[in-house]
Amino acid sequence: MTRGAIWFAILGAGVGCYVLKLAGVSLPARVLDHPLVERVADLIPVALLAALVAVQVFAEGTRLTVDARAAGLAAAVVALLLRAPFLVVVCVAAATAALLRLMLSG
Amino acid sequence: MADPATSEPTAPERRAVVRDSLGVGIATGLYGVSFGAVSVAAGLSLLQTCVLSLVMFTGASQFAFVGVVAAGGAPLSGALTALMLGTRNTLYGLKLSPLLGFTGWRRTAIAHLVIDESTAMAVTRDSRALARAGFVSTGLAVFVLWNLSTLVGGIAGNLIGDPRDYGLDAAVGGAFLALLWPRLDDPRNRLIAVCAAAVALGVVPVTAAGVPVLVAGGVALLAGALTVKAGDRTRRSGR
Repeated sequence: MTRGAIWFAILGAGVGCYVLKLAGVSLPARVLDHPLVERVADLIPVALLAALVAVQVFAEGTRLTVDARAAGLAAAVVALLLRAPFLVVVCVAAATAALLRLMLSG
Repeated sequence: MADPATSEPTAPERRAVVRDSLGVGIATGLYGVSFGAVSVAAGLSLLQTCVLSLVMFTGASQFAFVGVVAAGGAPLSGALTALMLGTRNTLYGLKLSPLLGFTGWRRTAIAHLVIDESTAMAVTRDSRALARAGFVSTGLAVFVLWNLSTLVGGIAGNLIGDPRDYGLDAAVGGAFLALLWPRLDDPRNRLIAVCAAAVALGVVPVTAAGVPVLVAGGVALLAGALTVKAGDRTRRSGR
């Protein structure tokens, strides 16, 4: 990974994300009336976030694995079921994985 | 709804909206600490981390970008994932624009503040003035605190050593799940989520890091195209 490539990606994606926001507030709202646009716009975040959860927790490079991160995710589910706020969910997931690693290494 | 351009909120109403917005801003801003720490742990420099928060300024895309880079994926895969997640802000903008009624340079400026939290704090208001108050105060509070806390998290992340000892890798999975959670009320979304996760894990062993998430985005496009056709048929036969 060259420094140039990473900077290019950061600035390209950053400016691109702003353009996506600007397009939303600038385009006429009737764009949403198109059923395909509306449906796909609803589904894309669901699919991407679900895939990100799965990959962040169960992938190690190109291997699938179950480790302390899975315990962290399970704890996050419990926290969400208890209607914990966002920050608490994130901290619970981290603390669970950290404690499990500490116990397994000690 | 009364004509949004003319109905004027009372001062206490406006104060309540701004107070709620600051609360959301503080909670979200704190979460920027974890972004900063995760980002430097992924191998990005402190400057790159702060530029991401300033220029990209949309949390899920930022986490996705550094997640792909941390896993050894190509920066281009990270950028594409970030952009795909960023499309939801386009949708928010389409919904916000008639409500807020900003034009010209104001619209160009406030576009940067179109994120999950500012949208949520604006779309529920029943007058334009309160929607603007909710949107602008939440957006600005999150922007300032998110960038400050990114800097703090990035500095701390460089000092603490192996982020895995603190479970920071697990924190990212938890954060994505918390963002996904409110959308899982809908049974159709649950099905899409399970399919997307399964497909992503299925291609992990045979693709480079970052690609599985993009493939899962394809699942959404396919499912959207298929269900729209089905929906059109139902609607037509219903007439």
